[in-house]
Amino acid sequence: MTSGCGEKSSGACERLSHVGHREGDSPVGLRPNGLIVRAVVCFVWLAFASLALVSCAREKREFRQAPPAARLESVRDIDLSPGGPAPTPPTKNAAEESAYAVNEGKRLFDQYNCTGCHFHGGGGIGPALMDDKWIYGSDPANIFETIVEGRPNGMPSFGQKISDAQVWELVAYVRSMSGLLPKDVSPTRDDHMSAAPSEQRAPKQVPVGSGIPKSAEMSQ
Amino acid sequence: MRRERDHLRSWRGLTHARSTWRAACVLIMPFALTLLDACSGAQQSVLDPAGPQAVRTDKLWWLFFYVCAFVFVFVMIALFLALRRASLWRDETASARGVTELPMLRPAPEKERRTTNVIVGATCVTVVILFIFLVASYSVGRSLSTRMEQNNKVTIEITGHQWWWQVRYTDSNPQNIFETANEIHIPVGVPVTVELKSQDVIHSFWVPNLAGKKDLIPGKTSILWLRADHPGTYRGQCAEYCGMQHAHMALYVVAEPREQFDAWLAHQRAPASQPTDDSQRRGQQVFLSSPCIMCHTITGTTAGAHVGPDLTHLSSRSTIAAATLPNTRGHLAGWVVDSQGVKPGNQMPPNNLSSEDLMALLDYLQSLK
Repeated sequence: MTSGCGEKSSGACERLSHVGHREGDSPVGLRPNGLIVRAVVCFVWLAFASLALVSCAREKREFRQAPPAARLESVRDIDLSPGGPAPTPPTKNAAEESAYAVNEGKRLFDQYNCTGCHFHGGGGIGPALMDDKWIYGSDPANIFETIVEGRPNGMPSFGQKISDAQVWELVAYVRSMSGLLPKDVSPTRDDHMSAAPSEQRAPKQVPVGSGIPKSAEMSQ
Repeated sequence: MRRERDHLRSWRGLTHARSTWRAACVLIMPFALTLLDACSGAQQSVLDPAGPQAVRTDKLWWLFFYVCAFVFVFVMIALFLALRRASLWRDETASARGVTELPMLRPAPEKERRTTNVIVGATCVTVVILFIFLVASYSVGRSLSTRMEQNNKVTIEITGHQWWWQVRYTDSNPQNIFETANEIHIPVGVPVTVELKSQDVIHSFWVPNLAGKKDLIPGKTSILWLRADHPGTYRGQCAEYCGMQHAHMALYVVAEPREQFDAWLAHQRAPASQPTDDSQRRGQQVFLSSPCIMCHTITGTTAGAHVGPDLTHLSSRSTIAAATLPNTRGHLAGWVVDSQGVKPGNQMPPNNLSSEDLMALLDYLQSLK
């Protein structure tokens, strides 16, 4: 019992003497240490604060959408015009800025049976959508036209059957398939049983067998 | 000094009495509430079983309830006695100031042996009780999953969607297969096989008056057997969180006598009624030339999509939107025009219809008896 008490008191003495020794030895020695600690604490705090800022900009899900862009008034069948075609600024599609909207586009692509002809982007009855070839243009407005008005040789017109907001979601998804959308709005998951990376996240690939004979490629 | 202490003691006694009364109230309230619930004959209650499966779970529930209630009361009494003894002991030590050694530090082997005996005894009793629970729970689980005898069998296929129930009555004759949504009719006293599937995420089928929960897992068919012994309407609910409108994913099970059920079945198998007046005809035109056709089916027309609920006999159902709203003209109109206001996040898009078109569409939809 007594030895324990003695140990305790001697420990306390040691600690006291240690502190005294340090202070006496180098009065400025503590400063750099303190600075480092303070800097680390500041850094950690800043890191957490910036995290909080990130969480502020949470994407909002719009359930009652107005059409994001005005519908084109008329269809122009011919590109010929005096002085050449007027350069049109690319249409802005608000659905392309929301991961939720792109994901909805993906759901609708399946539910509205786009997969029936285009399959999951690879094409079959209809043209492939995941390559960089666009028969009628890659601008959102062009794709919108394609869906709403239809195109010759099989693409039906969905004009009265799909609401404009949903068409814009489909446009966003169709463009995401060939990597035209920023990565942060790509659909993150598949609803299918086989887990595959989403279109946007899959690395871009060079077609292996393009169908063009080797000799033809060489001559060009 | 002494008077002061007396006063203190009486005050303490008073608070003792008051807190005891309050504790008793807190203890009794939940029991009283559960009893009330059992009496009411609720549409959705585990304690009001209407079939053999539910009776089994109900019995198990009451076994757990009585045993746990008994243990709880016993523990509370023991705790109360212990607290009382502790306060008596504190009073004793306060009055006996002259004693140099604290009574707590006095060796008391007899008392310690008694404590050990009590602890060992309580542990043994707990193990025995838990073992009884295990056996009871296991045997009920086994009896729930045994196949019921199959005569005049009715097989229903239920597919969970975000956030509604697709119901398909199968039959060996493909002509007799039909689809409906969110409302199941079953004959009384006949075992029903329910095949559960999911299209998107995991849901859970739970009609507490008839059977326990069963999960709907994508890519897997789960099977549930149930039988309703009393006619009635029972409410079911998705019991596995499945997204934003999980709480608005309910369904009704209508148990009715065989003749009534057969009449319902025959009616549901028939194609949709054709429009009879101009307004209904226009409504049908509106339906077939608007986004409705992309998702819904009405047999006998060109509408044949399977994204949303089958509307062939929409007006024969008592609710819309997975038992969220009663099926009235007003609710239907609100749902068609702005379903996102009622159930945000559901897959039905808002529809911009002119008022004439909307009225005609409602006339048509309400004619789909």
